[in-house]
Amino acid sequence: MFKNKRNVLLLILSCFVLAFPVIGKALDRADISGLASDTAMERLRAIEKIAAIGDPDALRLLEALQNSEVMITDAGQIVLENEEWDVIDAITLEVLDPQPDMYDTVIVNNRMRSQLDSAIGVLQLLSEDREIRLTSAKSLQDNLLPSLLSILNKALAKETDQEIIRILKESQSVILLNAADKQQRMEAVNYLMSSSERRVRELLAAKLERNEFGVYTEESAEVRVAIESAVAAIDRKLTFIDYFGRLFSGLSLGSILLLAAMGLAITYGLLGVINLAHGEMMMIGAYATYVTQQLFVSYLPNYFDLYVLAAIPIAFLCSAVIGVILERTVIRWLYGRPLETLLATWGISLFLIQSVRQIFGAQNVEVSNPNWLSGGVEVWNVVMPFNRIAIIVFAVLVLIGIWLLISQTRLGLFIRSVTQNRSMAACVGVNTAKIDMLAFGLGSGIAGLAGVALSQIGNVGPDLGQAYIIDSFMVVVLGGVGQLAGTVYAALGLGAFSKLIEPGVGAVLTKIIILVFIIAVIQKRPQGLFALKGRFVED
Amino acid sequence: MQYQPKIEPLFSKLGWVGLIGFALLTLLVVPSLYLMAPDGSSFQISSYTVTLVGKIMCYCIVAVAMNLIWGYAGILSLGQGLFFALGGYSFGMYLMRQIGRDGQYQSNLPDFMVFLDWKEYPLHWIGTDSFLWAIVLVVLVPGILAFIFGYFAFRSRIKGVYFSIITQALTFAFMLLFFRNETGFGGNNGFTDFKRILGYSITDPSMRAVLFGLSAFFLLFVLVLSRILIKSKVGRILTAVRDSESRLMFCGYDPIRYKLFVWTLSAVICGIAGALYVPQVGIINPSEMSPANSIEIAVWVAVGGRGTIVGPIIGAAAVNGAKSFFTQAFPEYWLFFLGLLFIFVTLCLPFGIVGLLSKLKRKFIKSKTES
Repeated sequence: MFKNKRNVLLLILSCFVLAFPVIGKALDRADISGLASDTAMERLRAIEKIAAIGDPDALRLLEALQNSEVMITDAGQIVLENEEWDVIDAITLEVLDPQPDMYDTVIVNNRMRSQLDSAIGVLQLLSEDREIRLTSAKSLQDNLLPSLLSILNKALAKETDQEIIRILKESQSVILLNAADKQQRMEAVNYLMSSSERRVRELLAAKLERNEFGVYTEESAEVRVAIESAVAAIDRKLTFIDYFGRLFSGLSLGSILLLAAMGLAITYGLLGVINLAHGEMMMIGAYATYVTQQLFVSYLPNYFDLYVLAAIPIAFLCSAVIGVILERTVIRWLYGRPLETLLATWGISLFLIQSVRQIFGAQNVEVSNPNWLSGGVEVWNVVMPFNRIAIIVFAVLVLIGIWLLISQTRLGLFIRSVTQNRSMAACVGVNTAKIDMLAFGLGSGIAGLAGVALSQIGNVGPDLGQAYIIDSFMVVVLGGVGQLAGTVYAALGLGAFSKLIEPGVGAVLTKIIILVFIIAVIQKRPQGLFALKGRFVED
Repeated sequence: MQYQPKIEPLFSKLGWVGLIGFALLTLLVVPSLYLMAPDGSSFQISSYTVTLVGKIMCYCIVAVAMNLIWGYAGILSLGQGLFFALGGYSFGMYLMRQIGRDGQYQSNLPDFMVFLDWKEYPLHWIGTDSFLWAIVLVVLVPGILAFIFGYFAFRSRIKGVYFSIITQALTFAFMLLFFRNETGFGGNNGFTDFKRILGYSITDPSMRAVLFGLSAFFLLFVLVLSRILIKSKVGRILTAVRDSESRLMFCGYDPIRYKLFVWTLSAVICGIAGALYVPQVGIINPSEMSPANSIEIAVWVAVGGRGTIVGPIIGAAAVNGAKSFFTQAFPEYWLFFLGLLFIFVTLCLPFGIVGLLSKLKRKFIKSKTES
């Protein structure tokens, strides 16, 4: 009979409550006798009565009713069954002696069921479990009836959790907005002023409207003034939250663009080569993450949560090695012919996409977040998923790593020198061909890292790279090459800008506006916003 | 590049023979065989072949236009597919109006508008029921877009790969725009189910023959036009832009207007090719604007040989012929083939098939004179 743990728990709980008699009106036989009635109306009324009592006993009985565990004996007594299948009294919970021969389940029709659901929802406000109370408080917000006021007061009196108290007080104030007493209404408005819910704002705004006879819904002018300022206050808060949310998604998009564009900026800055296969390097990084995940599932299931960390070096190496191979076999033969390189790298990208399709299939593969990356944290009503936060942190770490590499190491010194003046660097003995190869490998490796990040937030499929390639080129074109800072500003700027205007104008128009913006910028700064200053002439 | 001697004829003798032969074949022989050869005779040409060849000829026109800007002026545009599709859409609007009340919903409006619950034609559809206005649009829409975009791009001296990337982004943005239903171009599905042109049924063999002939004629026209252009002074300056733009500027020329002229001309030619293409294949949708299509156009030219007269035509015909073959015989290997083709041509055949042939010819002559 006890289908789940919760019922057992409730039973133990109710025994506990019985041992220490609750104050106020307890459940008595007269309240529940209606359940035995033949007419559905009577049974409905009985449910209402039980719900009105509003103590854990009532909750237990209603839940038993919902699970069709309440029976009637021939004698009309309302009974339950305990764990040993003994028939017990529904109120005293004592085992009946003698056991009745015949008993029947109380019939619960659909109407009763919906009434039961809402009554139980209300009574759960008094539950011992914080989570149940929280869910109940939240679900009540959608359907606040004046009749709930007493139970809300009762729940507020014994509630200790701050979050639940806030929700309950808000619900209470919403109900009190319709109170007859002006003072009570005033207090309600003053409390609701601190809310940051759109729903509350709409409720308040509705109070300011006039009905068809031109009479205000809220009769007191004083209260109306208070409501007006409350609506304005909530609006300010909502705008703030809205912009905060947009800023966060802008930062998130910006860090993804940064990861995608950093490698591109290195190869383009150094070799003057537009690598259209850069997106496919990200795709390879994402698939390397997938393979690592599968290996962990098969061989190290206990350490599954760590697979992402292991995937970082693996993805970097996979993409870097493929990048070096491509540089050696194809791209180095095309230096000085950038347009042909563009076409050849496009060919490479087609080839890589089709290879991945042959190996892994055309369908997306499933890469799941480890536990520590799922879920999120709520700040000012904006949910920030952990995986997005992790990507922002990751982008910062990668950025620091590259900055150290470029500015502090010998390889970085060579890369900078070849970027600035290739022939001069060659003259003083830098092996430019080797630097080209290593830099291309580095750029591809960083793309692989971007692939690890992308695998945690989106679908992993053969076309993964295509979605980001044009945007990351825009970052490089806007930021200019030769300085890491240009790429950072351009990536974060484009990310934030597009997320700020996107809710207003739509995703497509955003892309077009950004394109126009970039073309306008290059009118003034043909080499990008943050290009190295210097005097030189092309050709 | 070598300095070219004084005056050359427009085409070599062989060239004239080829041109006239091609004109006879496509304007007389094929249409008359298609329309008149009796059933079952070995001279019979199927509608499928006529449509396929007509389609490939439209691609050839695009390739010639691409060759004008890339092969001669050195501007690699990844936006030619966009102009092609815009021309197609402009003419497609007229074709949609010609459906009249024969659509699924028997409404004055095209089916997709009825589906969206629109009550009347949106503003940009005004006048599209007129054939003449449709022709004007086919020229003006790609032309004006190319002119405005080119003006700003060339003015700020965007060139090389920067220009390629920006045109690719433009194409991508337009594709997204045309995918939307609100744009009023049928969204995802684009335009299809065309019924007639100027009142004549579009599936009628004589209509097919006319479209085929028009494509062939326009291909010849564009070929001769580009040849005249390249032989003129403007053509010389364009070649100079390709080889050393800075030096040209130091000599006192302003390359912007020449680049802008050839870029706009190329866009208009692509637009007209698109308008010829749409009634033959019977559909136009936003995937025509995908960046991949525009890059493919570049590879046609690269395969045939850029900066040569017939190279782009050979390239477009060869690649598209291979595509028709591969996508039927081994669909999964087409992308492998295309990808390897990109790499192979850029690495081993910098001047394409035509370049390879002339190299072989030179070697042959050399060995002959030596022996």
